[in-house]
Amino acid sequence: MNFQLPDLTPMIPELSMTAFALMVLLLDLLIKKKEVVALISIAGVALVSLTLFGPSGTTFGTMFISDGYSTFFKIIFFVNVILSILISIKYIAVEKINYGEYYSLMLFSTIGMMIMASAGDLIVLYLGLELMALSTYVLAGFNRHDIKSNEAALKYFLLGAFSSAFLLYGISIIYGLTGTTDLRAIASFISARDLTDNFSLLLSIIFLTVAFGFKIAAAPFHMWAPDVYEGAPTSITAFMSVGPKAAGFAVLGRVFMIAFASVKADWAAILIPIAILTMAIGNIVALSQTNIKRMLAYSSIAHAGYALLGIITANNEGLASMMNYLMIYAFMNIGAFAVIIMLRSEGFKGDSIYDYEGLSKTHPLAAVLMLIFMFSLTGIPPTAGFIGKLYLFVSAINAGYTWLVVVAVIFSAISAYFYLRIIMYMYMREPKTTVTLTTSFSNGIALGITTAAVLLIGILPSYLLDLAKAAIKGF
Amino acid sequence: MVPLSWYMLLSIIVFAIGVFGFLARRNVIIMFMSIELMLNAVNINLIALSHYLQDMRGQILAFFVIAVAAAEAAIGLAIIIALFRNKATAHVDEIKEMQG
Repeated sequence: MNFQLPDLTPMIPELSMTAFALMVLLLDLLIKKKEVVALISIAGVALVSLTLFGPSGTTFGTMFISDGYSTFFKIIFFVNVILSILISIKYIAVEKINYGEYYSLMLFSTIGMMIMASAGDLIVLYLGLELMALSTYVLAGFNRHDIKSNEAALKYFLLGAFSSAFLLYGISIIYGLTGTTDLRAIASFISARDLTDNFSLLLSIIFLTVAFGFKIAAAPFHMWAPDVYEGAPTSITAFMSVGPKAAGFAVLGRVFMIAFASVKADWAAILIPIAILTMAIGNIVALSQTNIKRMLAYSSIAHAGYALLGIITANNEGLASMMNYLMIYAFMNIGAFAVIIMLRSEGFKGDSIYDYEGLSKTHPLAAVLMLIFMFSLTGIPPTAGFIGKLYLFVSAINAGYTWLVVVAVIFSAISAYFYLRIIMYMYMREPKTTVTLTTSFSNGIALGITTAAVLLIGILPSYLLDLAKAAIKGF
Repeated sequence: MVPLSWYMLLSIIVFAIGVFGFLARRNVIIMFMSIELMLNAVNINLIALSHYLQDMRGQILAFFVIAVAAAEAAIGLAIIIALFRNKATAHVDEIKEMQG
């Protein structure tokens, strides 16, 4: 029996990222200043991103797919990890959790997401998901002397492990039904046997929806999100409100659009109520939150509901607008967290929305930045958030889901209350507590990048959408 | 020869016990053990199916599940110990710093 090494060129980004993350783990032993480790990590991610545009194709049989779709998602993950590291550097020193493992865990989590985006087989999908999840559990509990952080990690871990058991059971049913775990082979089996309304297939679709619903924090599988987002270190909240969510959408799109392509009606019937419930719970419960991290957690649940519209449309236009939306969401959400992080200083938590009262008087620049991100999250032009929502809703209307878009717009209008309340506090209240901002050069860069991206995409939207549409071709 | 449906029934029962244990028990360690039970139910299913389909994929996935479950156990217990150092409890109803 001779062993042939598979063609490794399509997975150069993953391989180099893995080598790099291991190197960062080792360098942590030698380098005393952890800021240097952070800079090396950023430089490494930037270097690896150059290899993203290398040869595409499938390798390891059909287990690993590198195509435009996966590359676009990998760009989102890289944006996410670079911005999250930038906002972490000062913050983790303030929190006294300045350890080098932090950065390598972020990189490992990113590798997991990359593998998820490229998975052409349910086994690979599961492994990528676990690599991402296990690293994120640790990161959520990274502030190990803070009981809130411990609690966040415990809740995330228990519910994450619970959901991955559901994923596996779903996989085992599909395997029993079709005799394979390869996405395209599953698709051809389902369409050849015409398994519409098949009970086992429906059961497995439900199990997979539960598992992916946990990852993207869609209601009714969102219960972990508020507690975890509140308890985890703020930089990690930013990281995992974008990365694992985008990765969840990547696999949701790939599995449902390829493997279950011929039973669209079945899974759309499951996803539509989930999307409505997600938008409802996210937007309505956020109204009563007084902790800004918790409020943004509910906001991120609501945004998952909007993005689900892109999957429900079940065509390339919908997927492209979903990818476009997730990229925009990465910028505006991390931007908002970059402002929140500045309010945290030695002995001051700064995560209550009342800490923002009168911020425009004491720190006008921070207030303006927060204003931009809140406008963008609400979806007010000329910010990127408006463009993202517009394309999502247009694609849903084109696919014939006008009533669903009406529902989404109503919930989107409700969301204006809690986003604009922050702005109201900043501009129309007198400062009660004196807030000192923890500024740093790296956080400034992150804020600069996110603000520029939010405004530029808002003014020149076609470029990003064309990129997403080009990426989805041949999907 | 034992029919396939028996194995699948066993798998469903073990999985259901795991789900019930996770939802009903309030001790973190027992909840964690319930998750392991669910994963092993999947393994029973995968290996039985793999044998009856005469296909190796199921057994390969079962190996991966075992390996990942081990990693998961390490991380889970580490998180529980970190929590226990701050608050000497393993009862989830007492772990309620954040609510609302």
